[in-house]
Amino acid sequence: MTDPAMNGRPAGGGPPGEGGHPGDLPVLLPSALSRTGPETRLRPAHAWLLCGLAAVALPAWAQAGSGASSPLEVVIRWAPLLLTGFAFNVAISLMAMLLGTLAGTGLGIAMLAEGPVLRRLAWTVTQVFRNVPWLVLLFFVMFLVPFQVTVLGVRVPLPDWVKATFGFALPVMANVAEIVRGAVRSVPTTQWEAAESLAFTRRQILWRIILPQCAKRMLPPWMNVYALIAMATVQASIVGVTEMLTLTAQVHAAEGGRPELFAPLYGFALLCFFLYCYPIDRLTARLERRFETR
Amino acid sequence: MAGIPPSTWTSDQPIVRVSDVHKSFGTFEVLKGISFDVRKGEVVCIIGPSGSGKSTLIRCINALVPVTSGTIRVAGIEVADPKLDKLALRRTVGMVFQQYNLFPHKTALANVMMAPLHVLGQNRAEVEVRARALLAKVRLAGKEDAYPGELSGGQQQRVAIARSLAMRPDVMLFDEVTAALDPETVKEVLVTIRELAEEGMTCLLVTHEMNFAREVADHVYFTDRGVIVEHGPPATLFSAAQDERTRRFLSQVL
Ligand SMILES: Nc1ncnc2c1ncn2[C@@H]1O[C@H](COP(=O)(O)OP(=O)(O)OP(=O)(O)O)[C@@H](O)[C@H]1O
Ligand SMILES: [Mg+2]
Repeated sequence: MTDPAMNGRPAGGGPPGEGGHPGDLPVLLPSALSRTGPETRLRPAHAWLLCGLAAVALPAWAQAGSGASSPLEVVIRWAPLLLTGFAFNVAISLMAMLLGTLAGTGLGIAMLAEGPVLRRLAWTVTQVFRNVPWLVLLFFVMFLVPFQVTVLGVRVPLPDWVKATFGFALPVMANVAEIVRGAVRSVPTTQWEAAESLAFTRRQILWRIILPQCAKRMLPPWMNVYALIAMATVQASIVGVTEMLTLTAQVHAAEGGRPELFAPLYGFALLCFFLYCYPIDRLTARLERRFETR
Repeated sequence: MAGIPPSTWTSDQPIVRVSDVHKSFGTFEVLKGISFDVRKGEVVCIIGPSGSGKSTLIRCINALVPVTSGTIRVAGIEVADPKLDKLALRRTVGMVFQQYNLFPHKTALANVMMAPLHVLGQNRAEVEVRARALLAKVRLAGKEDAYPGELSGGQQQRVAIARSLAMRPDVMLFDEVTAALDPETVKEVLVTIRELAEEGMTCLLVTHEMNFAREVADHVYFTDRGVIVEHGPPATLFSAAQDERTRRFLSQVL
């Protein structure tokens, strides 16, 4: 089970093509990393399996390794780098959430538009982006969006992690749109009538009366989307973005690909994500319960 | 802007004129040619059995429901005109609903202040003074900071009346505003409406409160199945109804 990934990172195979020896880790250089070929990019996909394995193998962490440096030492030594990678996961997820929430709110409102053309268009867009795998969207964005754009004669580079952010923002957008639409529809039409009778415009009713009422209702599902997207950011490693999982694989390779390092290294990644997402999940559940009893 | 009738309307004309209004939902004709006038300062009650189209009629007057044919004029505004400025109409006509429909995320005071602030763009300090005065007027001084969920039905309904009045409408529409209330709280709402009427507010009420209609209304219309069967001053209509349907209805509710 563990072999493919191990073999995938033979000594010297770390971040390939840089001509360095195993210990020669490219520190966070998005532009340099984006040059890595797709054939090497796909390897960390196995990390998904390993994440699961790591959970099982965590107890082995402590005992393993008496020779060179103990797994614990390795993890501690690389922790700063790995945490920088995790910071990228967090940054990608936060930015994707921000962009996706803004776009999704607009899309959700467009789904409630009076004009049938806009309404159907928005509905179609939402359904498409909601019903395709996030990874497929990510691939599309990675390969369709150029590595730089020219704005008013200024060339703005788009590093891979920024492109990945757009890739994750799309499913966030579609899910937020659905949350917004559902929440607005759940407000009784009598609220609309009362507001209309007071001469509010449609836009005012939506922004001043309807959306503030459902903000609470939207919060738990919205946080849920966030937790999912935060965990999904590791998929960015598949398309070569330097984030925690990519770095974990590289660190492992740099340490000579010792099998006993799997569990500790990937276990560390697992722990980081768990410690980040679990509180969000608990808070979501708590808010849900609180709003239900109201 | 609110409350200033367009120049085509003068106060000696009826402030509300409904002429031959028909309304169908699909093939089902709910209103079958309704005509009546309301003069400024008048209190007009509409009574009739359930399903006779009373709510539909009153909702046509502030364009919540479009008419199928016929005309409605409110203070010079042609309601059935396709180019109708709905916002102008609704600044002139206030409406209170059976289910109060307060905005649950706002306090009583904020509910009253919202429309003058954001629809009329009036000065916040002035609006607040007026809103507090209106809440006091409906006997809710001290409840300014309460949320609708913390108020009784009768209190919520009085906030709803104050909210509507804050727009300084020329006409108030009431659609069975006491129908959802406990018998004890009905009275406090009716007292509020009666005071409004006494101050000269033009009121059009759909109501099941026959005693209220008898005491307060200037004119009562009895509707059944989309037509006005009979109308007249309450003294006449309640004690000497001509039509058999009116008499049967009154004998059931009185
Ligand atoms: N939006 C609508 N679509 C279809 N039918 C409607 C609609 N609104 C009302 N109706 C129908 O029109 C008829 C009259 O309804 P309306 O609410 O005006 O009666 P009402 O006199 O107010 O009755 P109640 O005393 O029960 O409030 C009813 O049969 C109702 O089912
Ligand atoms: Mg009704």
